[in-house]
Amino acid sequence: MKKIVFGLAAALAMSVAGSAMAADKYKACFVYVGSKTDGGWTQAHDAGRMMVDKELGDKVETKFVENVPEGPDAARAIERFAREGCGIIFTTSFGFMDQTLEVAAKFPNVKFEHATGFKTAANVTTYNSRFYEGRYIIGQIAGKQSKKGVAGYIASFPIPEVVMGINSFLLGAQSVNPDFKLKVVWVNTWFDAGKEADAAKALIDQGVDIITQHTDSTGPMQVAEERGIQAFGQAFDQIKAGPKAQLSAILDTWGPYYVKRVKMAMDGTWKGGESSWDGLKDGILAMAAYTNMPDDVKKKAMETEAAIKAGTLHPFTGPVMKQDGSEWLKKDEKAADGVLLGMNFYIKGVDDKLPK
Amino acid sequence: MEIAQNIVLTILTAATPLLIAAIGELVVERSGVLNLGVEGMMVIGAVCGFAAAVLTGSPWIGVIAAILAGALFSLPFAFLTLTLATNQVATGLSLTLLGVGLSGLLGEAFVGSPGPRLAAIAVPGLVDIPLIGRLLFGQDPIFYLSILLTAGVVWFLFATRAGLTLRAIGDSHGSAHSLGIKVIRTRYLAVLFGGACAGLAGGHLSLVYTPQWVENMTAGRGWIALALVVFASWRPLRVMAGAYLFGAVTIGQLHAQAIGLGIPSQFLSALPYLATVLVLVLISSNRRLTMMNTPASLGRAFVPDR
Repeated sequence: MKKIVFGLAAALAMSVAGSAMAADKYKACFVYVGSKTDGGWTQAHDAGRMMVDKELGDKVETKFVENVPEGPDAARAIERFAREGCGIIFTTSFGFMDQTLEVAAKFPNVKFEHATGFKTAANVTTYNSRFYEGRYIIGQIAGKQSKKGVAGYIASFPIPEVVMGINSFLLGAQSVNPDFKLKVVWVNTWFDAGKEADAAKALIDQGVDIITQHTDSTGPMQVAEERGIQAFGQAFDQIKAGPKAQLSAILDTWGPYYVKRVKMAMDGTWKGGESSWDGLKDGILAMAAYTNMPDDVKKKAMETEAAIKAGTLHPFTGPVMKQDGSEWLKKDEKAADGVLLGMNFYIKGVDDKLPK
Repeated sequence: MEIAQNIVLTILTAATPLLIAAIGELVVERSGVLNLGVEGMMVIGAVCGFAAAVLTGSPWIGVIAAILAGALFSLPFAFLTLTLATNQVATGLSLTLLGVGLSGLLGEAFVGSPGPRLAAIAVPGLVDIPLIGRLLFGQDPIFYLSILLTAGVVWFLFATRAGLTLRAIGDSHGSAHSLGIKVIRTRYLAVLFGGACAGLAGGHLSLVYTPQWVENMTAGRGWIALALVVFASWRPLRVMAGAYLFGAVTIGQLHAQAIGLGIPSQFLSALPYLATVLVLVLISSNRRLTMMNTPASLGRAFVPDR
């Protein structure tokens, strides 16, 4: 019986898809932490993979494996791809970091790209997206749209990526309303529609009239729609869940990056040991249509988006004070990437104590 | 005081799927069968209920589909553990694994599509009574169903002959068998009932709680339902109290964060589980009382000796 259970678990965890077509095609392989229809993080990566299929389909074959748990198990999935002759392997979750390096050491001729990590090697690069640029824009919209001057933020885990997003959102809001406040609720999960919806309800009951999230389900958007307040989508356009509620959404658009990197891997210009952190201007993230807002707010949002793309506006530009009132960035000082990537403090105006 | 009513409403909504799934499992366990597949049956109920509702446009057909799907999905478990007398723990676990995987497959076409919501009942006039109007007269139909279900199970288990028979089987299937009681048949019915309840609980998630389908949307609620049954020492009314307590702590901690009390959020998130552990300790400290309530044949395979 145990064997059956095990076999079943393995079958579910490793449902490898992708057709085994002509063997002479270059193979680009993707390791996913979730399912490709999760409506969020993994689906966005899979959309990127499909773009590779579409643009390079005649020369490249893509493969993927879903629901690979983070941690030691991931090494098996990654190694299997390496043995199957994949030329480049994208490991698309932070928790695959050490396993990616472990397998990469065994297969020096295979190229590896690890999403959101910070360790590289001769044949391993990392890539990430400047999500905070999008969060600054939606923060600015919130600052204009909120009548009460306070927004609710549904947060997943207190890691630098999330803290950076909270601060960037608030900076955007404060750029149009200096007294803007932010209430943060940590749900300690990336994905639990019910719990996220409950958090949204709690925030609304506590008096916020706009909510945003750094979790992956459309639960909060549905609550916003139902209670008649406004919200922002996460990772994917959630307009279907909130036709009257969604103001905009930050879209993860990995496609152009994947196409570029696969091309580079094929023509030999790919180099290991690099870290790339692309932003709005590179097309690795994009904003969903600005909806349900007056024209002047929409215009302002588009201007901000254009300024960020042009490089004339950096969301983290001084003067910025930390939560305790001490100075962080002097006037016109821009935050260094290293500081952002390790961010573990709030800026002034966050109505929450950062979990340690 | 609108906020108080809202908070209580949120708590009741959060607790309803737990209550329904746990009440179903309670009946199963009272008959001496331990079905760890609650999570799997729940998620199957959620996907089938949602799919049926989207395809027909009627959330009520969705509810019925969720119930039927949950019951149907419990059948393989019943066949394996009751007819073939396999290990209940292993079979239940594999049912959960199968359910989670299968639901992802079935639901692939429905991810992200907006579903019909099972509308709340609103008794005209009465629903506007301050403080209690919406609590008593303005909730979703499944909430009222969960109350009726609990009352029905209390009545069935403790006031009917069939309920007595079911409990007797759970306490000693050997003795029940020698008295000529159809052990296997009764257990089949109990498992089916448990499956139907888990399916309905899943349907509540995908049709009322958050009307949508996303993979693995039950997010461990089936396991909490299982814990609630033990927590309640196999007593239906205690299951109800436990579900509402659990809901209250879960929602309460979100409000504590939104107010900004400054208590570490990880601690607050752990609070519902901490409360469960605490109550379990309190209950099990009285050993005799625990033994009295635990179905003595729970989890043991029954092979009739002709």
